[in-house]
Amino acid sequence: MNKIDHSRRNFLKTGGALALGSTLPISLVELAFAEPSQNFSFAYISDAHIQHIKGNRFVRNSDRGLIRAVAETNLLTPKPDFVMFGGDLAQLGTQAELDHGAEIMSALSHKVHYVMGEHDYYLDLGAYWEKLFGPQYYSFDHKGVHFIVLNSIRTYGDWTYNRWPSNEQRMLEMAGLDNPNGSPLMVGEEQRNWLKADLAKVAKTTPIELFSHSPLQKIYKGWNFWTEDAEQIQVLLKPFQKVSVIYGHVHQIQYNQIGNISFNSVMATAWPWPYPASYAQAEQYLPKLTVPMNRADPFFERDATGWQFINVASGNVDLNFSLYNNTDRVVRFDKIKKHPEDKDFEDEKTRINPQRHY
Amino acid sequence: MARFNYITSAFAVLGLAASLNAAQADEFTGSDEQRWQQQFMASVKQGRELWTSPALGSNGVACAQCHPNAANTHPETYPKFQKQIGKVIPVWEMINWCLRNPLEGQPLAADDSKMVAIQAYITYERRGVKLEPGKH
Repeated sequence: MNKIDHSRRNFLKTGGALALGSTLPISLVELAFAEPSQNFSFAYISDAHIQHIKGNRFVRNSDRGLIRAVAETNLLTPKPDFVMFGGDLAQLGTQAELDHGAEIMSALSHKVHYVMGEHDYYLDLGAYWEKLFGPQYYSFDHKGVHFIVLNSIRTYGDWTYNRWPSNEQRMLEMAGLDNPNGSPLMVGEEQRNWLKADLAKVAKTTPIELFSHSPLQKIYKGWNFWTEDAEQIQVLLKPFQKVSVIYGHVHQIQYNQIGNISFNSVMATAWPWPYPASYAQAEQYLPKLTVPMNRADPFFERDATGWQFINVASGNVDLNFSLYNNTDRVVRFDKIKKHPEDKDFEDEKTRINPQRHY
Repeated sequence: MARFNYITSAFAVLGLAASLNAAQADEFTGSDEQRWQQQFMASVKQGRELWTSPALGSNGVACAQCHPNAANTHPETYPKFQKQIGKVIPVWEMINWCLRNPLEGQPLAADDSKMVAIQAYITYERRGVKLEPGKH
């Protein structure tokens, strides 16, 4: 359930939005008015995993998650400056899935920037995705912030080019999160060189926001909550005063601070993933700062999925999670502690039982 | 005593068969245990294949899509009160719920070898975890 701040209802301008007041994250809107001269906002939708069955049939559950995120994003007032899509639009990278996903996304009344996910990539190494959405890695500037998008889901050349008898087999092997035949995700040398050159043109005081699909930190290799060359990317980002990395892939709330770099994950619209700690047979490194999202109730098929509204205040990011069947969560950058923290649950004593995963 | 001797000699006559077929109900050897473990692990392996199979349901969705390594299935907490169903159920009823809903498929009988294999797999992934029936 969303907690509605009734005093803020006047921010909703349209009748359609008012009618949906009980499901819209109204309390998020006020943040964008805090310091209108410095702040802007964007919405972030990720991990839709549109899955083709056959003919004109697609997995209904995944379709509904993305359709809902698009509809709610369109109702945000004030309008976010743009929308990011965080990767894994498709489940098995087919043209049917990418086309179907692109059609649902086309209902957004915003400019959309796309990030490549491994489920989009390993069938044709991103060829059809590029036709629809453009280059696999790029940068742009917006209101004094330098935005960078990397394709962080590449892997070793031998695995990509020599290991599998068909492209379809390669896609299936990488699509299994817990598949021991998979391979660690990475950015790779080509993009690291490009990133170095791109950053060379940016002043050290300019806030940097980097979007990747996989976390640019190492959490649990067994499920590829992992980027093999994460440390090499972190070194390139170190000279900058304010750096935020926002990633999808993990289908859950995670956040961390490593030196000057804030890390935030975003939710999936498709389905939630367990926290690695709930796999009893492996060591994992969930950042200590992270207060987990609630354990999912499978009987509410949209539970533990959602999208987010991101407020960029003075170059740091505040994530406002719009959770379809759960209390919304807010993870803000704390300027004194210099790391992200949950608005309500950071203190151990305030946490609730569903946040305890085992 | 005579009766005991008779039994002993009868066993001697059947010695060959007895040595092939675990002599006493309360005695078993390392090779017995090895065979039983192989049988169990074959079921675990079948369960893992079903867990990752797009053919178990009707829409291509596999169990492992939401439950990598069977995480968040918690077989060690069943039977338990499943609040959404409103009664105490064994884990196979919850597996059938998943087969019918996210997988849009048909439920399996409780003693179907596939159902046994799925339970063998998810329980194997929780080996070493404390048994806590009823826990939420």
